[in-house]
Amino acid sequence: MSLVEDIQVETWRTRLGDFWREFAESKVALVALVVIVAIVFIAVFAPWISPQNPYDLARLDLFDSRLPPGTVGSGGYVHILGTDAAGRDLLSAIFYGLRISLLIGLMAGAFALVLGMSIGLVAAYKGGRVEAIIMRIVDLQLSMPAILLALVLTAMLGQGLWQLVTALVVAQYAYFARTIHGAASAERDKDYIEAAIATPLPAHIILLRHLLPNSLPPLIVVATVQVASAIALEATLSFLGLGLPLTEPSLGALIANGFQYLLSGRFWISVYPGVALVITIVSINLVGDQVRHVLNPRRGQ
Amino acid sequence: MTKAMLSIDNAAKRFVTPASMGDRIAHALGGPDRTQTVHAVTDVTLTVAKGEVVGLVGESGCGKSTLGRMISGIYAPSSGAIALEGTPVAKMAGKRIQKLTTRVQMVHQDPFSSLDPRMRVANTVSEGPVHHQLVSAAGADDNVADMLVRVGLDASTRRRFPHQFSGGQRQRIAIARALAMQPDLLVLDEPVASLDVSIQAQVLNLFLDLRQQLGLTAVFISHDLGVVRHVSDRVAIMYLGRVVELADTVPLFDRPAHPYTRALLDSVPKLGAGRGAFSAVAGEIPSPLNPPPGCAFHPRCPFAGPRCSVERPILKAGDNTPGTVACHLYDGGT
Repeated sequence: MSLVEDIQVETWRTRLGDFWREFAESKVALVALVVIVAIVFIAVFAPWISPQNPYDLARLDLFDSRLPPGTVGSGGYVHILGTDAAGRDLLSAIFYGLRISLLIGLMAGAFALVLGMSIGLVAAYKGGRVEAIIMRIVDLQLSMPAILLALVLTAMLGQGLWQLVTALVVAQYAYFARTIHGAASAERDKDYIEAAIATPLPAHIILLRHLLPNSLPPLIVVATVQVASAIALEATLSFLGLGLPLTEPSLGALIANGFQYLLSGRFWISVYPGVALVITIVSINLVGDQVRHVLNPRRGQ
Repeated sequence: MTKAMLSIDNAAKRFVTPASMGDRIAHALGGPDRTQTVHAVTDVTLTVAKGEVVGLVGESGCGKSTLGRMISGIYAPSSGAIALEGTPVAKMAGKRIQKLTTRVQMVHQDPFSSLDPRMRVANTVSEGPVHHQLVSAAGADDNVADMLVRVGLDASTRRRFPHQFSGGQRQRIAIARALAMQPDLLVLDEPVASLDVSIQAQVLNLFLDLRQQLGLTAVFISHDLGVVRHVSDRVAIMYLGRVVELADTVPLFDRPAHPYTRALLDSVPKLGAGRGAFSAVAGEIPSPLNPPPGCAFHPRCPFAGPRCSVERPILKAGDNTPGTVACHLYDGGT
């Protein structure tokens, strides 16, 4: 058994090494990656590095509401990015908001990946009527804007973390399904799959051990882009008031929260969460672009 | 002749090209049926004795690869039967084909697509035997090493990926994968067609060595008469899905009976024959969607008479033919 394990470890080590070297060729992508690492760090350690716990309503003071950036509030510390209408320290709220946005984005991305991957792979392997039905449903869904679908679903399911994740998964799995279906249909007709059928090996082994690994690379790219897009979708839903309750605001809810003060000179309440959101999404997309670039098979030629 | 290992009895394979959605709706509403049927293999009867190598020869599109896939259980026959010592090699389970036996193994034509690019050689070779418990998981590594040595590769190469090998080496790996399943019958589908000529000879010699060591029974598919002559005991010539001549190798090459076999032998470029001295088989191979009536070869046959376009000749022995032949020339004239 040790041989098989050795082989797998070795495989991943050499491949990751090559991958990293090629990835690091783009300085922009490297910077974006550093930003993502920093954002993830902030999201994970938000309770320890934030000046205030914005969820603890008892610690909020209405006298501190709408303080401009740099003001010292009643808590005795500087509100670097100011406060919002409820007296929340914006820096803390953004840290906590990042935590929620990233969590939702990653969970929605991961579940949509698993769901989309499974049905896309099965459709490609089965072929015929099963494939036709599944892929027509996927096409139908891709012809509708994801935001519309997510809006209807959140309206139906109600507020809450799981409801939101469900809505995002349903809105996004189709992208994964179509991507892996395309890759897997091309691999399906190759002789090594036929050789596995002729051995014979059972369908689940052919699917998981041969078809899946060979169809995976394009999915990695889609996954990064879809995580960014899930974060944006979630922000949009929260901005429209359909996301999580305002007592636990995500970035979108924070932007909505300050929207009414935007024209009265108190720009920071909306703008700083917006900047955090943009930095997050742009960084993820830049990294995703570079991954796509590295994985492009035509690149080496 | 000893007992038959493989018996193919009136086997046929038809592929129905699916109609478009629009055509299907039109058909349901009373329009014409627009599905087309490709007769890839029609009524082939053939036996392969234990220890025998039978060559399948024909132009591209004559159904020899389809027949090979039917023998190895990738396609189930549309009608007729293919059995290995009495056991069918495949059956239809609903719409899916179920291969029934591990005893028939196949070597594909193109070793660049027949090996999983993301799997190391050791796993490629041991996957089947371990799954079917022909070797234990603990003994798999030694087994892989044995197999690689047997096909002339270094055992230490088993941790490499397919892309680290040349075409000839990859074909050896494909043969090792097939042999690791301890098959009773090997189907080789154009195993040297995509290799350089110098490498072809090496792989053919490997096959002959293995045959001698292991007493292999094999069906060897090729469009290259020289290759088939070198490795086969008997040769079946196929044309448009049917066997038109079946005979022992030596007499067949000495005095081919069927006009198509003669044309094939004449069309092989020979050294020393001078420039422009070889004749091609005239005309194109007809479409298997719509095979000509009577003898399928009559539109291209120099000896065709009125009977050929009406009555289909059957495969049988004639006067002074090397084996059995499906041609009216040996059955009362055209």
